[in-house]
Amino acid sequence: MKHHAQFRRLHENNRPSIEFSIDGHVHQALLGDTVLTALLTNQGAIRRTEFSGQERAGFCLMGACQDCWIWLESGERLRACSTMLESGMRLITGLNEDAQHE
Amino acid sequence: MSEIPVIIGAGPAGIRAAQTLVEFGVRPIILDEGMRWGGQIYRQQPTNFSRTSRQLYGFDSNKADALSKVFKGLINLVDYRPQSLVWNVEQNRLDVIHQGQSSILPWQSLIVATGATDRILPFPGWTLPGVFTMGATQIALKYQACAIGAQVILAGTGPLLYLVAYQYVKAGATVLAVLDTAHFSSQIKALPGLLNQPKQLARGMYYVGWLISRGIKIRRGIRIVRAEGKNKIDALVIKNERGAIETLPCDALGVGYALRPETQIADGLGCEFKFDPMQRAHVPVKDIAGRSSLDGVYLAGDGAGIMGADAAELSGELSALALVLDRAVRPGDAESIRRRAKYLESRIHTITRFRAGLETAFPCPNDWIEQLTDETIICRCEEITFGHIRDAITVCDIREVNRLKALSRAGMGRCQGRMCSQASAEILAHLTEQPLNNVGRLRGQPPIKPVPAHILADASTPKVEAAK
Repeated sequence: MKHHAQFRRLHENNRPSIEFSIDGHVHQALLGDTVLTALLTNQGAIRRTEFSGQERAGFCLMGACQDCWIWLESGERLRACSTMLESGMRLITGLNEDAQHE
Repeated sequence: MSEIPVIIGAGPAGIRAAQTLVEFGVRPIILDEGMRWGGQIYRQQPTNFSRTSRQLYGFDSNKADALSKVFKGLINLVDYRPQSLVWNVEQNRLDVIHQGQSSILPWQSLIVATGATDRILPFPGWTLPGVFTMGATQIALKYQACAIGAQVILAGTGPLLYLVAYQYVKAGATVLAVLDTAHFSSQIKALPGLLNQPKQLARGMYYVGWLISRGIKIRRGIRIVRAEGKNKIDALVIKNERGAIETLPCDALGVGYALRPETQIADGLGCEFKFDPMQRAHVPVKDIAGRSSLDGVYLAGDGAGIMGADAAELSGELSALALVLDRAVRPGDAESIRRRAKYLESRIHTITRFRAGLETAFPCPNDWIEQLTDETIICRCEEITFGHIRDAITVCDIREVNRLKALSRAGMGRCQGRMCSQASAEILAHLTEQPLNNVGRLRGQPPIKPVPAHILADASTPKVEAAK
């Protein structure tokens, strides 16, 4: 993985784990995680901006800044901070592209 | 009352408003964007988490528990609609998205209790991964039991700075420093105002003392210069107490300068606004009871101006009482309503004096613009830089914020200016040497928050939903 995880889990670690994928790679997170938490406990950012391609990792966590919209492989978009992770979700961040082309 | 009042927001203000309406035999509709009620301050963790209310809300756990009890008692007496986003408002209808479907909800009376978000002042590097708002910093812990990083710095100003630091350290996170832009002398000067709420003051002092006793560095009178790093924050550069530049390595930063009200719905309805110098922003006009400039529209809680959670509960009840008085009701109730309202008003007045004290203790810095470089992003949605904004202002001779938005695109992105409107207005006022109240107010536009395009396409033939 290109990045270290940004978030650190402090408590509530005894929840069932669920599998999902980021840019085609399988990862684990916990039931009750938001999509943003699932991403940021696995890597350092969640998307690139449309204009400069800068990496972003969300900002407000309360559905105000709109800086955590990401794509699902199915073509829908979701706001990561206010969407709960579901088992089998296939998320695209576009941050692991070299791995994707393997 | 034949009409069904609609409450927007299920935080402390919305819950108390609902409780009051129910007491008068009314069954309101409560629309809330959140998955569970409580708002941001009493945001609930997911149902499979097990921390106690004391762990989550600390000294406020009694208030959280009391509200929780109230809401549980109300659940069958109100029409509660969680995960319902009001994305458009008009004179007689709300457009509401729930589970990907939009519907129209007609309204005759509304209590708008939309709460607050962090007040953001940009600085070089503030868009780097690892930089979060103070609210986000707290939500990561409260809602997800996570710290925003392994080596956290908290900076900005306001009471939340110390509360979040306390909560982080207590939860086992590493907080490298607490950096307050306010001077200690400001906090001393604020004591008379703060003594209006001695319990709150004592609590604030307790957090500071507790942090110091744990060896957490608290520094006052600092300024953020920039966040450094390539694809993530590696360090925070500050101007320290003595005016010297210092580099503090870290891997996460929580930053905020107190709160700003979420006024988009009041704005969309056409409520009158006025400039409030203390909040450095335009806020909707209301009387003490919460009556807006529009008939049938009541404003409660932080969404109508930042007063905090306790005042939100009081103003929620007050606005519901005003609604009952104005729109109904049972003869004979009026006198007792007025007595109760008077009591609530006196408590709000006390909090108002405390609030003024907080503003003295934690003044929002006036000199933050000095740290901006040409490349500093101001609008994080559209990636509009300070240099671009300055050039637009100079070249196009802009003197008003909506013009600035039109010509620079700052504030035109997905967040609708929530993150940058304060900064844009202050930059414009600064560069054109006008007082802040002269540069105007950024007009809101639907959608209030982003909605899928198919919803906009379907909006011409949506279903009309009646009360259940």
